[in-house]
Amino acid sequence: MSISELADQPMPAPGDAGAPSGSVLGRSPWQLAWARLRRDRVALACVAFIVFLILVAVFADPLSHLIGWGPTQQDRATGTDINGLPTGPGRIHLLGADQLGRDILVRLIYGTRVSLVVGVAAALAAVVIGVIVGLCAGFLGPAVDSVLARLMDVVLAFPFLLFAIALVTVIGPSELLEIGVIAFFSWAAVGRIVRGQTLAIREREYVEAARSLGAGNLRIMVIDVLPNLIAPVLVYVTLLIPISIVFEATLSFLGVGIIPPTASWGNMLNDAQAGGLYQVAWWFLAFPAAALVLTTLAFNLLGDSVRDALDPRTERLFAK
Amino acid sequence: MTDAAKLTSTDPAGDPNTLMTLTNVVKHFPIRRGVIIKSEVGQVKAVDGVTLDIRRGETLGLVGETGCGKSTLARCITRLFPLTSGTINFDGHDISRLSPRAMRPYRRQVQMIFQDPYGSLNPRRRIGSIIGDPFAIHGVADGQERKLKVQELMELVGLNPEHYNRFPSDFSGGQRQRIGVARALALRPKLIVCDEPVSALDVSIQAQIINLLKSLQSEFGLTYLFIAHDLSVVEHVSDRVAVMYLGKIVEFADKSKLFGSPRHPYTAALLSATSIADPDRAAARQRIVLHGDVPSPINPPTGCRFHPRCPIAQPICSQLEPALIPVLNDTSAHITACHFPLADGQHLPTGRPSIEQGGEKSAS
Repeated sequence: MSISELADQPMPAPGDAGAPSGSVLGRSPWQLAWARLRRDRVALACVAFIVFLILVAVFADPLSHLIGWGPTQQDRATGTDINGLPTGPGRIHLLGADQLGRDILVRLIYGTRVSLVVGVAAALAAVVIGVIVGLCAGFLGPAVDSVLARLMDVVLAFPFLLFAIALVTVIGPSELLEIGVIAFFSWAAVGRIVRGQTLAIREREYVEAARSLGAGNLRIMVIDVLPNLIAPVLVYVTLLIPISIVFEATLSFLGVGIIPPTASWGNMLNDAQAGGLYQVAWWFLAFPAAALVLTTLAFNLLGDSVRDALDPRTERLFAK
Repeated sequence: MTDAAKLTSTDPAGDPNTLMTLTNVVKHFPIRRGVIIKSEVGQVKAVDGVTLDIRRGETLGLVGETGCGKSTLARCITRLFPLTSGTINFDGHDISRLSPRAMRPYRRQVQMIFQDPYGSLNPRRRIGSIIGDPFAIHGVADGQERKLKVQELMELVGLNPEHYNRFPSDFSGGQRQRIGVARALALRPKLIVCDEPVSALDVSIQAQIINLLKSLQSEFGLTYLFIAHDLSVVEHVSDRVAVMYLGKIVEFADKSKLFGSPRHPYTAALLSATSIADPDRAAARQRIVLHGDVPSPINPPTGCRFHPRCPIAQPICSQLEPALIPVLNDTSAHITACHFPLADGQHLPTGRPSIEQGGEKSAS
């Protein structure tokens, strides 16, 4: 640990009037968290994997062009054998083909796009709603709180899978609806965390100080409370994204998410289990499942690392 | 309770030298039980009928034990808490019932310095932005102008203006308290309520902050309400001193009178507990040790609230509440709420309280 990294330690102050010595640069809590995160190898590996996924999702079209198969293109000549069973991994289809002779690798690549878009969009939507509702519930007093807290309890009490299936059946599946459904069932958890934090922060003296200066509720909520919520919310977002990705895959698996023939990891898994095809074509099941597991794992581990990095007490673990 | 207020000898509200007048200020916190249907099961009588006047340019010291309602009173004055009853007259205007919007112009004139220099600064904000808050909230100055004003303030309170972009965690306790002072001073208020501004600091740094407050007072003609539980600090800074016990003022006088000839037994006990730097004098002095704890403000003792702990209490003390009036041959500037005030030089006995709790007595 270098001297400059000690800047956040409380300064021994021999004379009160003496300012912090000029050579030590004051660093913001975010800079310190970033410095801690950069020393965490697991976090770096996770970030690398996530960046890789993003690149794959962004460059899905040129990649599939390079591989030579389209996401819904059926290879009738070599994709299935004479018995109609999909061909395994090999030169023509790197990760094998599915029951219609579609290239698994290309479909995985397009599935990444769906998973990331739906997962991130749903998580962000949930966080925005959750932060606003939680902040209002925690800050605006017991009357608002009791209404909003009950609302969150109601949402959390919903049998979400049942509700999602029913809703999608009635309205008809679409990517936007899927994002909406996932966000609808995720925001309440964020709201609870934010509400709890806000209840604690609003009793702090600096909130009282702002009030005594004449600041209104909105200003205090945005300027004084919100910055103190970013750390817990950021941790929760990194954990909410994999939850949303799994949620998306679940809905697609059940046939109420992404509509075939558009590829998503969930409906690829569904294709694999339909008719027990995975028993003869393991690649059909293994690769989408592996993609899902690795992505979830990367986001979860990153979430842990972010939490450690934002917690000032972890500094001791790194100090040698 | 109301009797005490009515009997207060002077009515300083009309006096042009009076900056703020509190009349019978009451703050009760309801205690609620129940999950959905809440019923009120009691009240914490934190401030229970305080009448005070604060003169322009003076430092009014307010002392009392922890939990006696000093900080609640401070928050009532700055209208952080709504009053249960009573009025606060500031500079000729009744501000006790103003809506938050109507209160805004007065917020500029009444500012507060908080006790905890760690809790009163938002750890996620840069100090330039914290000190600039009053300007931002009241739309006084923007952009570069605000930055200049903030740096001026930082210089004024003895901070390096170059540290504008630092975070509170980069500063020591004393420096943080200077930041708090700068913030309170930003809008050039008339009255600054100092809620135990030095009790969280080292003794050496306490002196620096107190001296800073004093020099700012003479420079800007500030009026301070200085709350503390440390009598030696109060003696150093105050012109007049009010002693508070369980939500009420028990004695109020000029500093020299109060420290020279305390009338109320509680004041005498407090004075005997101040720390003296000279060990010989400290050993020679008679210490009055009060027995028991401060009674609960939820169910305060009847009559004089001090009677269960008072070494010279008589039966009447548990039945009749003494009025806050001049006693013995004091002038109207020295008021005491006691049936048996101490004469000059009279010592308190050190024994146990002489009577039982008033409630039990009157029931029998």
